[in-house]
Amino acid sequence: MSTNTNELLEIRNLRTSFRIKDTYYPAVDNVSLTLRKNEILAIVGESGCGKSTLATSIVGLHNSINTKVEGEILYNNQNLVNLTDTQFNKLRGNDIGFIFQDPLSALNPLMRIGEQIEEGLVYHTKLNKTQRENRVLELLDQVGIPNVQRVAKQFPHQLSGGMRQRVMIAIALSGKPAIIIADEPTTALDVTIQAQILDLLKTLQDEIQSGIILITHDLGVVAEVADRVAVMYAGEVIEEASVVELFRNPKHPYTRSLLKSIPQTNSENEQLEVIQGMVPSLVKLPRQGCRFSSRIPWIPQSAHEENPELHEVAPGHLVRCTCWKEFHFEDEEGSVNQ
Amino acid sequence: MWKTIIRRVLIMIPQLFILSLLIFILAKQMPGDPFTGLITPETDPNVLEEMRIKAGFYDPWYVQYYNWIANAAQGDFGQSYTYKKPVADIIGARGLNTLLLSLLSVILVYLIAIPLGVLAGRYQESFLDKSIVLYSFISYAIPTFVLSLIFVYVFGYRLMWFPTSGTVDISLDAGTWEYYWSRFYHLLLPAITYALLGTTGIIQYLRTEIIDAKTMDYVKTARSKGIPMKKVYSRHIFRNSLLPIAAFLGFTITGLLSGSIFIETVFGYQGMGKLFIDSILSRDYSVITALVMLFGFLALLGSLLSDIILSIVDPRIRID
Ligand SMILES: Nc1ncnc2c1ncn2[C@@H]1O[C@H](COP(=O)(O)OP(=O)(O)OP(=O)(O)O)[C@@H](O)[C@H]1O
Ligand code: SF4
Ligand SMILES: [Mg+2]
Repeated sequence: MSTNTNELLEIRNLRTSFRIKDTYYPAVDNVSLTLRKNEILAIVGESGCGKSTLATSIVGLHNSINTKVEGEILYNNQNLVNLTDTQFNKLRGNDIGFIFQDPLSALNPLMRIGEQIEEGLVYHTKLNKTQRENRVLELLDQVGIPNVQRVAKQFPHQLSGGMRQRVMIAIALSGKPAIIIADEPTTALDVTIQAQILDLLKTLQDEIQSGIILITHDLGVVAEVADRVAVMYAGEVIEEASVVELFRNPKHPYTRSLLKSIPQTNSENEQLEVIQGMVPSLVKLPRQGCRFSSRIPWIPQSAHEENPELHEVAPGHLVRCTCWKEFHFEDEEGSVNQ
Repeated sequence: MWKTIIRRVLIMIPQLFILSLLIFILAKQMPGDPFTGLITPETDPNVLEEMRIKAGFYDPWYVQYYNWIANAAQGDFGQSYTYKKPVADIIGARGLNTLLLSLLSVILVYLIAIPLGVLAGRYQESFLDKSIVLYSFISYAIPTFVLSLIFVYVFGYRLMWFPTSGTVDISLDAGTWEYYWSRFYHLLLPAITYALLGTTGIIQYLRTEIIDAKTMDYVKTARSKGIPMKKVYSRHIFRNSLLPIAAFLGFTITGLLSGSIFIETVFGYQGMGKLFIDSILSRDYSVITALVMLFGFLALLGSLLSDIILSIVDPRIRID
């Protein structure tokens, strides 16, 4: 774990709710996280647990008509939750870069690559046209794209998936951001390409020293590049620790089931195979008591905390609930705590 | 690109062949024959019979078909029985009138439909959007001839703002400035009428396209770059939604031809549409078949034009 205590971004009690038929349902519920300089913070969890919602809340990319964001997201002494769109535009693409999951749909199909990278520079830099064009080539080169002159004039469909994701990264980098948020940047890519993109992210991070929030549902990815991990379940963080600590000493039953499922997770089947069942939908999610208990019915009711809180079990290692002390997998006997 | 265009043109040959065969069969099925109109109580049946034989009326159908096609291929669609002139000449003169009317109508359609479609999509679900959608449905539901009649009555006869029939003031000399102005003036009301009714497709298409585009990932990317929402709209959403509209041009022109049938008839505008109705009423077969053939050909041409335009504006569609 990084000993650097330079805090870049501090999320406190963030709650992001979507309106469904006149009622707001939190998809991110009371999440507190800290991103430090020069660190890769991974956020892991199954599909639907609120990872993307968390990411878009940070940069204000949600649809304000049906979304409510509460809590604090502190960056540079300002609370991002209260920013207007115009204020956000100063941060987006400049202080905070964003990388999306599917580079094919995330790039405008009718716009040349060079133009798409240059666009942000128009608003965040004072460079003139020629300088911007040179900067575009520089960025393309930085993300390991060959033939930069030609690629800049091409359209997204003319590039391979890996190249497109490199372009996305170039866009995210263009404002020399302090923070990069990558929402499943490798999920849409082939295995070999995934590794290259992860390497690139890691290398770039060493170069530019920014903090990266890496969203993924692949613990293999986490082990490879992240410094710290937050595991999310149904909108909540249920465990947070350094990567080494989490892999060596996982506490929460959900984390343990995730880890247990790694060997079975072959790279083609991206979905995590965890404990039976799935994240309940927003409307059906139990808001009282423990959100996970329904998926481990063999644990006696008495073992669950009524309203599980995050407890610090070791320095920097937070776990929601206490019943992990009694937890065991269904096919195991009695209380196991390695 | 040229290769594809040539290939597409070649594909049109069998399409035209099938079309011509259908037209021929249908024409044969029509009651009466070109001479029916000439029959009076004094008509000598023998003379009539002779004329029929001379015109090839009793030849086997394939001989008749072959003759028709062979001549048509050379631009000879036969004589018109009502006008006593070669069909090609009649259509030629009317064709220009329809072309002018169509061009002006298309321009007006785009001038009306694009801003409305863009506004409706941009301010989705607003009062403005709902009004525009309502207009587009109403205009779709109103039959062309009904609105034409209303406009002729109100703006032509009542308010006398526009001429009520014809293509030009016949007292003017061709070539003078007044003459061209008069032609344009005669075009205006039919074109406006057509345009008001012809916008539904483009408005609806543009509106849905913009609403869809708003939810696209690339729009999120654009926003994540921190560019102002206004620019996200103009550079990404509108641009991407408008490009396919260009491809509508081909189809719009095709649609105009069929629309012109009613418009021209009501406005007494001497174009191909009116010619078509007149020929049907007088059973001028050679003109009818030639016109149907021509409309069919233009429809095929329109769709080819659309494909070509689309391949030019959308880099993803490569034709090589
Ligand atoms: N705009 C929205 N309106 C209503 N509900 C939404 C909206 N966006 C997301 N949700 C719901 O919020 C929950 C969290 O979604 P989110 O996309 O953040 O999950 P995720 O962890 O990113 O999943 P994935 O791995 O599939 O990307 C889900 O139940 C989802 O259905
Ligand atoms: S109380 Fe039980 S079910 Fe709930 S989080 Fe803790 S271990 Fe899981
Ligand atoms: Mg997601």
